[in-house]
Amino acid sequence: MKSITRAKPMESVLNGLAGYDRVFIAGCGTCATMCRTGGVNEVAAMRKALEEAGKLVTGTLVIPTACDTLTHECMEQNREAMEDAQVVLVMSCAFGVQTVAGYAGRPVQPALDTLFFGLETEPGHFAEVCMQCGDCVLARTAGICPVTACHKGLLNGPCGGTNNGKCEIDSSIDCAWTLIYNRLKEIGRLDLMHAYCEPKNFQAMAKPGHIDISAEGGESR
Amino acid sequence: MRQTFREALQSGKFVVTSEIGPPKGTNVESMLHHIDLLKDRIDGMNVTDNQSSVMRYPSVGGTLYIQERGGEPILQMTCRDRNRLALQADILFAYSRGIRNILCLTGDAVPVGDHKEAKGVFDLDSVQLLRTIRTMETGKDLGGNDLDGAVEFCAGAIVTPEANPIEPQMIKFEKKVKAGAEFIQTQAIYDLENFKRFMEVARKFDVKILAGIILLTSHRMAIYMNKNVPGVFVPQDLIDEMEAAPKGTKVAKGIEIAGRMIRRLKEEKICDGVHIMAIGKEEAVPDILDAAGL
Repeated sequence: MKSITRAKPMESVLNGLAGYDRVFIAGCGTCATMCRTGGVNEVAAMRKALEEAGKLVTGTLVIPTACDTLTHECMEQNREAMEDAQVVLVMSCAFGVQTVAGYAGRPVQPALDTLFFGLETEPGHFAEVCMQCGDCVLARTAGICPVTACHKGLLNGPCGGTNNGKCEIDSSIDCAWTLIYNRLKEIGRLDLMHAYCEPKNFQAMAKPGHIDISAEGGESR
Repeated sequence: MRQTFREALQSGKFVVTSEIGPPKGTNVESMLHHIDLLKDRIDGMNVTDNQSSVMRYPSVGGTLYIQERGGEPILQMTCRDRNRLALQADILFAYSRGIRNILCLTGDAVPVGDHKEAKGVFDLDSVQLLRTIRTMETGKDLGGNDLDGAVEFCAGAIVTPEANPIEPQMIKFEKKVKAGAEFIQTQAIYDLENFKRFMEVARKFDVKILAGIILLTSHRMAIYMNKNVPGVFVPQDLIDEMEAAPKGTKVAKGIEIAGRMIRRLKEEKICDGVHIMAIGKEEAVPDILDAAGL
């Protein structure tokens, strides 16, 4: 499972850097490298683009796993170059951005948008399979999540927009409820689809999410 | 006193409903004209709810105008734009102002409309919305709290008889009937043989079926719908018939085809009525009714 990211348009990155002349760039060696949005090559390309836009890049770093606690030590080793910068441009998912922001002591700016937690279903292809809703329905949907895979998150079957097993909003996307129907049929459990599903508890998705399992009897909220 | 929509459904007569599209803005003149044109000729008038995810004058506002002018309004409610609090509040409001018929829909996806960055709500789905109405009729809200004054509605939903695959749609259809749908409006149908096969299944359920009729205005429109509108299938012979009609008589040909289909549905007792969706051609609905002998 990876945190899937997409590069913000260069124009948006430069708008965010307006007023800053000296920039430190931090990438990530894990998910963003796999997504080709914040690895060694992308960080080098960003350096070049920023220099062409008239910025001084005081240093670059590809943190092994930007959301990890070791990030602090990596940044310490590059403290001089980072302190010479007015802003840190972070080429990682939002988890990395938030971790870096805690140590940077200066403004940070995300260069990427974080899209979803994805499974790599084939090389270079990532699909969202779970959106951490806190109220799992997979038992009744043959292990395919309609909350995630149906554009509308419907719980009682397909909408009228489905066409030839594809989704109303994009004919390249499978209709989740067609997939669910096919698999339930295959495993002989269409009765699960016939059963009424109550409205979802949207407050089960803790916001902000927080869990403490350090103490015995620790619980989530 | 005029007949309520529920009475019309239960009377055994061939029921006719149509649709009013509210304006984009506050100029309701043309909507009122369409209401006056149709109110005495049909059994119920739907008002669409931000149809195709395009922001418009609200459906509940349209139903109040129909009510004032002596028509029988059917309030369309989608789950796209309101969470369960807002939906229930609007249901209370509609009831308090005399609205007695609701059509429950999921709602089109946000990106197909004109506010592409909006949040799609879908807190409830269409089956859950039907159940919500039935729950509120018992004097309770969805939170289990007492209502000071309950509601009572003739509630309906929709189905797409030409959907591919059809089986998942039929499971949902069955769930809608079990959740309390008294009537079902279908997506537009053009192939009566396919529709008869659908009706063989639908007939087994205690629910009135109104076949969806969309007026064809050109053969290009038919081709466009076949390609772009999920669950709509216009057979080739109808496309050819539209194409063969001389220029300037296309709408008249469409009216003739719609009238012919409605007449057959009625004479052969294939279903319980029709729901005519004129989509910008409301002026033609009386002509369709004339062509159908209604």
